[in-house]
Amino acid sequence: MGLLTGLKKSLTQLFSGGATQRRIGIYGPPNAGKTTLANRISRDWTGDAVGPESHIPHETRRARRKENVEIKRNGKSVTIDVVDTPGVTTKVDYAEFMEHDMEKDDAVRRSREATEGVAEAMHWLREDIDGVIYVLDSADDPFTQVNTMLIGIIESRDIPVLIFANKTDLEEASVTRIANAFPQHETVPLSALHGSNMDEVYDKIAEYFG
Amino acid sequence: MAKANSDSDTETETDANAGNGGEHDGVRIDLISGERLDDLASMEKVRTILDGVRDGNIVVLEQGLSPDEESRLIEVTMSEIDPNEFTGIEIETYPRPDSGGGLFGRLMGRNDTAKLTVIGPADRIQTLHKDETLISALITRR
Ligand SMILES: Nc1nc2c(ncn2[C@@H]2O[C@H](COP(=O)(O)OP(=O)(O)O)[C@@H](O)[C@H]2O)c(=O)[nH]1
Ligand SMILES: [Mg+2]
Repeated sequence: MGLLTGLKKSLTQLFSGGATQRRIGIYGPPNAGKTTLANRISRDWTGDAVGPESHIPHETRRARRKENVEIKRNGKSVTIDVVDTPGVTTKVDYAEFMEHDMEKDDAVRRSREATEGVAEAMHWLREDIDGVIYVLDSADDPFTQVNTMLIGIIESRDIPVLIFANKTDLEEASVTRIANAFPQHETVPLSALHGSNMDEVYDKIAEYFG
Repeated sequence: MAKANSDSDTETETDANAGNGGEHDGVRIDLISGERLDDLASMEKVRTILDGVRDGNIVVLEQGLSPDEESRLIEVTMSEIDPNEFTGIEIETYPRPDSGGGLFGRLMGRNDTAKLTVIGPADRIQTLHKDETLISALITRR
């Protein structure tokens, strides 16, 4: 974590009496496993899920948050609000939804909700988020325009960010490819679906966002 | 704008006067200089780009946008998507060089936003190839 980030963080805590809940946004492209991860974190520490996971892109159309998730690490505890966001894109075509056997009206409504959710998530990133977990599917090419732009936006706000290389259980997964794409940030491999490497995941969350 | 002075009736593609999408068969490209964009506030930049793209044009920015402006562009694009007429934008820029400088770099006045940016309607532009030094895109007619 940068010197300034650390300083900004201590100042924020100082002026708010140290009781600030840090809002951690889970960002990343659609289908990377953001909701699966949010649910796992939430279930591991509170017992409840955040929202439905789905192979249909944009299932998470509105951001959902789980507040007061207390993560205990090495005798220390960090309390965060986990915000699961819709995958960021620059385009949404309702025809995509119709490929998933949806009626046109339903597809149009879903795509409209998805766009509102993305707009909201972008807005929050500028105003309301204290840390970012950026989730990527390790089997996909990380070198996309949206990823580059989003990481740039996050960096420009100087908020702490961890890159999560998800779906390491897949045969085509390459964590190295992700680490090389964003060498300036720490990359944590995991499988949110199978719960692999969650110890390191929680260690890093406590270290970066605690 | 001058009237189309072409007397060849088929060569609309090379017609330099191809206006706002409209009935034209060609693709209009607006190349906006860094100087021109510099004079605009963030939301004016976003508006200029989206007005052009929604008219069906390809907008090329000599200097690109700042991260903050990019996030506003995404936000406004999302709020304007309409399933029946606007499916969003395609945007391509060269990757930012390793931004190790962070806030210090920015305080030192390093301009890491100076990068060519191409923006077009998502239903008309398709990126064929992109790497650190080359962006290759296919633009289709409506
Ligand atoms: N193989 C594998 N699949 C995963 C993993 N995490 C999520 N998925 C699957 O990826 C799909 C998208 O997950 P979801 O959490 O809804 O993605 P989101 O769009 O980023 O919220 C679902 O079918 C998940 O079951 C993982 O670690 N490994
Ligand atoms: Mg989701």
